[in-house]
Amino acid sequence: MEMNRRDLMAGAAAAAAAATLPGAASAQAKGILKVIPHASLTTLDPVATTGYIVRNHGYMIWDTLFAMNDKLEVQPQMASGVEISPDKLTYRITLRDNLNWHDDTAVTAEDCASSLIRWGKVDGMGIRLFNYVDSVTADGAKTIVIKMKKPYGLVLESIGKLSTNVPFMMPKRLADKPPTDRLTANDMIGSGPFRWVAGEYKPGARTVYVRNPKYVPRTEAASNASGGKNVFVEGVEWINFPDPTTALNALMSGEVDYYEQVPADLMPVVARAPGVKLGNFNPLGNVGMGRFNHLVGPTNNPGVRRAIAMAINQADVLKAAIGAPDYMRTCHSIVPCGTTFESKVAIEDIGKGNLEAARKLLRESGYNGEKIVLLATTDIPVQTAMATVVADTLKRLGMNVEAQAMDWATVLQRRTSRNPVDQGGWNMFFTWWEGADVLDPVVQFAMSGAGDRAWVGWANDPETEALRTQFAESASIDEKKKLMDAIQKRQFETGNFQAWLGQFFMATGYRDNVSGILNAPPFFWNIRKA
Amino acid sequence: MPLFILQRILSTLPVMGFVALIVFLLLRISGDPAAILAGDTASLEQVEKVRQSLGLDRPVAVQFFEWFGRLLRGDLGTSLFTGLPVATLIGQRLEPTMFLATTTILFSITVAVPLGVLAAWKAGTWVDRLVMLLAVVGFSVPVFVMGYFLIFGLAISMRWFPVQGYVSPFVDFSRFVNTITLPTLTLSCIYVALIARITRASVLEVLNEDYIRTARAKGQIEKKVLFKHALKNAAVPIVTVIGLGVALLIGGVVVTESVFNIPGLGRLVVDAITRRDYPIIQGLILFFAFVYIMLNLLIDIAYTLVDPRIRY
Amino acid sequence: MSAAITSPFQEFRRTAVARYPLAALGAVLLIAIVMAALLAPFMGTIDPTALNPSNRLKPPTAQNWLGTDQFGRDVWSRLVYGARVSLIVGSLVALFSIGLGLIIGMVAGYIRWLDAIVMRMMDGLMAIPGILLAIAMVSLSGASITTVIIAITIPEIPRVVRLVRAVVLSVREEPYVESAISIGTPLPKILFRHVLPNCIPPLIVQATYICASAMLTEAILSFLGAGTPPIIPSWGNMIAEGRIFFQIAPWNILWPGIGLSLTILAVNVLGDGLRDRLDPKIAKRM
Repeated sequence: MEMNRRDLMAGAAAAAAAATLPGAASAQAKGILKVIPHASLTTLDPVATTGYIVRNHGYMIWDTLFAMNDKLEVQPQMASGVEISPDKLTYRITLRDNLNWHDDTAVTAEDCASSLIRWGKVDGMGIRLFNYVDSVTADGAKTIVIKMKKPYGLVLESIGKLSTNVPFMMPKRLADKPPTDRLTANDMIGSGPFRWVAGEYKPGARTVYVRNPKYVPRTEAASNASGGKNVFVEGVEWINFPDPTTALNALMSGEVDYYEQVPADLMPVVARAPGVKLGNFNPLGNVGMGRFNHLVGPTNNPGVRRAIAMAINQADVLKAAIGAPDYMRTCHSIVPCGTTFESKVAIEDIGKGNLEAARKLLRESGYNGEKIVLLATTDIPVQTAMATVVADTLKRLGMNVEAQAMDWATVLQRRTSRNPVDQGGWNMFFTWWEGADVLDPVVQFAMSGAGDRAWVGWANDPETEALRTQFAESASIDEKKKLMDAIQKRQFETGNFQAWLGQFFMATGYRDNVSGILNAPPFFWNIRKA
Repeated sequence: MPLFILQRILSTLPVMGFVALIVFLLLRISGDPAAILAGDTASLEQVEKVRQSLGLDRPVAVQFFEWFGRLLRGDLGTSLFTGLPVATLIGQRLEPTMFLATTTILFSITVAVPLGVLAAWKAGTWVDRLVMLLAVVGFSVPVFVMGYFLIFGLAISMRWFPVQGYVSPFVDFSRFVNTITLPTLTLSCIYVALIARITRASVLEVLNEDYIRTARAKGQIEKKVLFKHALKNAAVPIVTVIGLGVALLIGGVVVTESVFNIPGLGRLVVDAITRRDYPIIQGLILFFAFVYIMLNLLIDIAYTLVDPRIRY
Repeated sequence: MSAAITSPFQEFRRTAVARYPLAALGAVLLIAIVMAALLAPFMGTIDPTALNPSNRLKPPTAQNWLGTDQFGRDVWSRLVYGARVSLIVGSLVALFSIGLGLIIGMVAGYIRWLDAIVMRMMDGLMAIPGILLAIAMVSLSGASITTVIIAITIPEIPRVVRLVRAVVLSVREEPYVESAISIGTPLPKILFRHVLPNCIPPLIVQATYICASAMLTEAILSFLGAGTPPIIPSWGNMIAEGRIFFQIAPWNILWPGIGLSLTILAVNVLGDGLRDRLDPKIAKRM
């Protein structure tokens, strides 16, 4: 098994050291961990639907064949090991012993093969993997066999994917559902460390999980999604708070134990409060972006896109959106700064607020005062800040800006329109991705240049696509780094699929009697409540 | 049952039908939840597949009659997101909202009616003016401003009450009282103002009637005049306002539940609106309208039974 | 004791008179707020939308009299310009709902076969909680001042219709109207000449209450994230955005909260005064 992502994350190893003794768990589980999650859980199928909250829910109930540790190395999780044939065309994955579903039936290789196939129909990286896959079958009860049409560089990286959509292993009867037929509250059967409490589920208000007493953790120390998933609490209760001020007050008064994402501006209040601690458990952070529509003017003009990317000052966006200096940094690479593939190519002019150069470029591009429509989210403060600052920048750049205010739900609908801006179309919208979702140019869906099949905005650039395919097929890390440089150069000089708005981090607030929090995406095993 | 009561009941049917039509058309003004359901990273193709699986690609008229047909059979449909029946979701969230509304109405009546009577009795004095000024202020301060003010003062500074949450009275009655107090106070402001004003005005009007003057002239005790004669006759407008105020109350509940994090119907409907979960929005607005109509129907019928002169 | 209230009617008149000073105060306050809004550019303000992310959430200084918000915008300027939104929403909603309600109410009150249908529709509209209707309309059709005004206007109409209809029904029985009908005066003329003047006093009073409640609703919509677009400075938006910061930058929510409450209070007090002055009949009922 090849490990590609060694020594990526400076400082991440320190967190691993805090891991606990495996196996000593069950007798001492105590307390219910009360958690304020970042969103309410309303869809329940972590494979068929995206969204970070449903991914986090997935990690409670289901388990994965492989998982990533803090260094972003792929480790076996449900698998005990994998045999790869010398021609790299056959992968034989063996399941470890004592794996059981929550309904007390045994986990079989057949269940897992079906689960992989379902995921491969939905997830961007899964679809790409399955382009190379000939068949996924079960050989006996314990061995999953993946046969490839031709060698592919990211087989285990795909199956051990950390973030959405995670290939969770499910019983065959669930995995055989077509992805459009989503799992419902009655289908919450997995083999993970927590079990679903159906009777307590109140969508939008409360979600309850209890410790799965029959779960057999791995013996390695827990590290990110990998290692022993020892549960030290009796259960976890997610309570939704519509109002951040109320949420914060509940944490400070001890009515809850864990506040997943404390808004940056409230951090000083938390820092002053007795009995509450703040931590950043996602060292990869998040990456903000303003996505361009490549089909309609004026953003179908590469010169205009480049001028905008140049005019935007990441530092200003971050100050308005986040504010706390320790929780933000400008980052001009198209993958998160501080990771293996960070590239410093062609970044001189981008994202630094160079209005003079941008104005010159805008003139040269042939921009002639056409209206540019921004979809400005009203109900997600970070996105509101991004839209507000970018609209202001574009005005100063000399563009005819129209920032249309709407809630996020409307943005999601409006952005599917391919019409010109005066017929309900759009030029830019704002969002962010978790670092794990943009780690390299292949996993990063926003980097697809596949036109109609690309992310909304429909960037069409065969050259970028060709480079991404080479990246995926390459087995050498040095070659991948070179390809990464080429992709970034292409991106900043002619592509500009999106304007990058900087890297920022979410602070988690927790009571001081809570310990053992692992690095993100929030996992609730390994946590103790004294 | 007298004919006019039957007529009054039947007259609610077209009203409910009209509410159903408005609600349905309103929700079809724009877009659909497919894009939200598919998620931020979805491609167009995925969105379209979700839309088909929800049946949202069919003509609006077909969707309406299907929905209306199910409605007539008492089926409110299922949530597009969770797949749970809307009736179940309403059932889950009904209790906190019901208790909050009830405590608010009871508290408001207890406080506002004596205040209104007092103001009418002391009409023109500083007592009257103070009560009326407070009533106008209660009318003018936004619910959430009042909510934050109370949280800051009584929950964070004084630590008398918890900041947020709801505990069912069937689980722990003293904690129920603890958690419901601040939301009740917050929500009561408008209601107290409304009822105090109407009480004062109605009592004042009755005080002008001949028989009251006669009673007073006969030297009956003021208190008795006020509470026996005046208030009794002022009861009709007061009860009417309580019934009509339910619409206002439901509006306030939405905000109050959000400020105090009470998992009730108000939050359910706001969340559903932000996600475009149509069956929930439709079901809940219909439910609220139904409660409002039924409550006012009951009040009307009660009048006709108490006072046969009144006809609707 | 009882001598002091021998004539409750006189008492009542005295109350009404005694309340005028308050109404006058409300009027003065309202005029001051309107003037400030109209003269916003000359009130020591800067561009209320000008960003300065490096200067965010600063307490009051000589440059920023009331401090800055989370985008580094000047709170004083936003407060003054924000008055415009509240006043525009309040007055336009009052105007439109009174206008539409007047038309619907007169027609319903006069054309008997329409009456039943219209009134059932109005009952239906009244049964839907106004705030929910407004939230749904704004969320579903996109945030803009126009949508907010429409969304707040619609739930206010039924009350106006009922009021107008009641006036029409009572006026219709008056001898001078009956005689006008008998000599064949056309309907529009009757409505315009006889019915309308009777509607005006209660409607002016009603308009002030609608205006106050519209300003309140605008703030609630913004609070719930379904109101005026965040790019436009409005008190509701300032409170909605500032509430997250109210423990570290309380001025963000304090001033717009006071501005909103005072304006609504001024309008309500003025409405009470007008009611007592213009429409003693309603004054007694309300």
